[in-house]
Amino acid sequence: MSTRLAPKHQRLVLLAIALVVLIAAALIAAWGLRSQASYFYVPSDLIAKPPAPGQAIRLGGMVQKGSLKTDADGVTIHFMVGDGKAHVPVSYSGIVPDLFTEGSGVVAEGRLAPGGTFVADNLLAKHDENYVPRELKDMTEAQKQAAVQETTK
Amino acid sequence: MIAELGLAALWLAAALALLQLVCGVMVVRRDDAALASVIRPLAVVQGALAALAFGALLLCFARFDLSVKLVAMNSRDAQPLIFQIAGTWGNHEGSMLMWVTIMSLAGALIALIERRVPERTMIATLATQAFVGLGFYAFLLIASNPFERLDPPAQQGLGLNPALQDIGLAYHPPTLYFGYVGLSVAFSFAVGALITRQVTPAFARAMRPWVLGAWIFLTLGITAGSYWAYYELGWGGWWFWDPTENASLMPWLAATALLHSVSVLAARDALRTWTIMLGVVAFSMSMVGTFLVRSGILTSVHAFAIDPERGAFILGLLALYVGSALVLFALRAGTVAEGERFAVTSREGALVVNNVVLCALLAIVLVGTLYPLVTEAYGVRVSVGPPYFTPVSALFFLPMLVVLAVGPLLRWRRDSLERIQRPLVLFFAIAVIALAGVWFNSSIGFLPLVGMALAAMLAVASFAPAQGRNLRRLPLAVWGMMIAHFGIAVALFGMAADSAFTVEKLVAAKEGDTVEIGPWLATLKTVEPVAGPNWTALEATLAVSYEGEPGKALRPQQRSFWAPAQKTSESALLTRWNGQLYTVLGDQAEDGRWQLRLWWKPFVTWIWYGGILIGLGGLLALIGRVGNDLKRRHAQVRIARRKRTAE
Repeated sequence: MSTRLAPKHQRLVLLAIALVVLIAAALIAAWGLRSQASYFYVPSDLIAKPPAPGQAIRLGGMVQKGSLKTDADGVTIHFMVGDGKAHVPVSYSGIVPDLFTEGSGVVAEGRLAPGGTFVADNLLAKHDENYVPRELKDMTEAQKQAAVQETTK
Repeated sequence: MIAELGLAALWLAAALALLQLVCGVMVVRRDDAALASVIRPLAVVQGALAALAFGALLLCFARFDLSVKLVAMNSRDAQPLIFQIAGTWGNHEGSMLMWVTIMSLAGALIALIERRVPERTMIATLATQAFVGLGFYAFLLIASNPFERLDPPAQQGLGLNPALQDIGLAYHPPTLYFGYVGLSVAFSFAVGALITRQVTPAFARAMRPWVLGAWIFLTLGITAGSYWAYYELGWGGWWFWDPTENASLMPWLAATALLHSVSVLAARDALRTWTIMLGVVAFSMSMVGTFLVRSGILTSVHAFAIDPERGAFILGLLALYVGSALVLFALRAGTVAEGERFAVTSREGALVVNNVVLCALLAIVLVGTLYPLVTEAYGVRVSVGPPYFTPVSALFFLPMLVVLAVGPLLRWRRDSLERIQRPLVLFFAIAVIALAGVWFNSSIGFLPLVGMALAAMLAVASFAPAQGRNLRRLPLAVWGMMIAHFGIAVALFGMAADSAFTVEKLVAAKEGDTVEIGPWLATLKTVEPVAGPNWTALEATLAVSYEGEPGKALRPQQRSFWAPAQKTSESALLTRWNGQLYTVLGDQAEDGRWQLRLWWKPFVTWIWYGGILIGLGGLLALIGRVGNDLKRRHAQVRIARRKRTAE
């Protein structure tokens, strides 16, 4: 094991090893990203092109007025998330974020169950004026109003 | 008056930084003893002025001066004094001022005490430090003036973001900034040595305390930030692979690699260009982190500045510093003579593996953090979270631990594995026994299982370098290394145990109900309103007992701050040596029951104990190194004096 590297080329050999490992890391990273990155959907996309069941995704939209219901266990809630064009039923077990209310925006992290219900592991709501989930921030005022009108019809 | 004084001091400091840069460049190009002698004093005065500016801002916050816009935007009178003061850096402008202050103070410190490196390299280093500082002064003075006045003064302040109203704010940001900025000194040293082509062990010994210091602060800052997020967010998680967390992890990974390679350079005069490269990369990662966190490109509590101009400014600075350093590196790296050679199986060889794998981890985290920004440019929104980061980084991190166990036993230059056969067999046996023991007693996932086996092996292996040596005469730096490596084992065990054994329970309970969670019984006694200095809250009282031991009370709250109006949930935790009970109070259901979320997290605290041990190991090494350097300096002075008297 204690063979010396050819003296002239030690620097090059080290460089080559570093490059090979870094390229391997980059390839593994690329493979990991392709399979593990979770994509953002709005309800109309979700219905038009549903993701594979079990695939982790994020769903963003407005919580429709009058759709929020709590199960008998007191901790599981059901609501509809809409984007003005379509809506998706969502279920979530847990403590909801402080600013989560009907008619406000939400991003749900989770996966689509076989029945077409979106099962959320985590809800992100607007936290305060300065801290808005990225996807909600990008929703324009017009889109928000359209979504709210849709939900209040 | 105080605000104007602060602003004037800031302008003066910026002007001195410019002068320091110009003088430095002139001296490096053409030796000029008179000019060279002003550079150190310039750096010291510049540091003092920056400190004065920061002191002025602190005073504005402490005196609650509402005519200063920054105070009015980020403070309020009912806040406890500690948050009034910590609010100075709980915002964009103040935190950038703190950054530049720490940076120029670090420059002043090297100007005052560092005498080991050739003077020309030192001047190139101080010029680089001024060059980097200048960009941040410009950023403050042009795009984010912290001393802006309000006319007329505000009647009342808007208040500090309630999520930041925690003791964590007092120590987490300064700690991380000390780390980021310490790396700027390493960067300046690296660039200075590149300019004068003097990459020597003496240079490495001068740079090492800074790298060590920065690394200790980064370690403790990350540990503190992780614990803060853990109890403040109420999600029971201790690491979310959030971009802002990654922004602090990436400089840490680079600094860890740099720390090891600078040791090789200091001890063996090998890995010269590699160390310089890592010096550049480490500070680049600090800048990338600052850019990600402060530009508003990512949204989180850390992103104070949602202002495209500022983001563009930081990106410009990033491109300028990293770009010019890399160009310099490309031009000069070939002319730095190759250092000492070594065999594959040697201490150096193991440290090269450590370095390369740490860089691979850095690449993995960097790619995952930037990927969403890249896809967004093409209109595809994705988020990258634990499902990517955890397995992909474990693929590199876990094998690295094997090298970590073996490397410290190897000799410098060349060695053979046969010589250390016995400890190797012992390590392997411990890992296998631990693996089998955990495997038969519980059904846990693959990664936690491997993590626990490696943690057990590493806990023993980390102290193996002391075997057969006189413990009293073992250098402090070796103790530091062993304790830091042991800290990794402790933290790894905590991570594996938390992910394998955590029990979670979510219930709706009425007063008097009892919930069983793991070995705990929790009874909801009451839910009552309480009031604090600037909030009101609903507070639940839970009587909890562990396996029939006498009960204790836990009081999680739902807090409502009134300025700014915002709700936060304050978790309540009970710590035992073998884990933590974590409780959160949720909303009240229509039928009057209260939502409660409880976690029993066995050994979770070991994660942060491990982090503290790693930092402590670094501290011991730093004390040992600096002590040795001082001794050496005294000895040199004595020899010089003897020579003079002999003459």
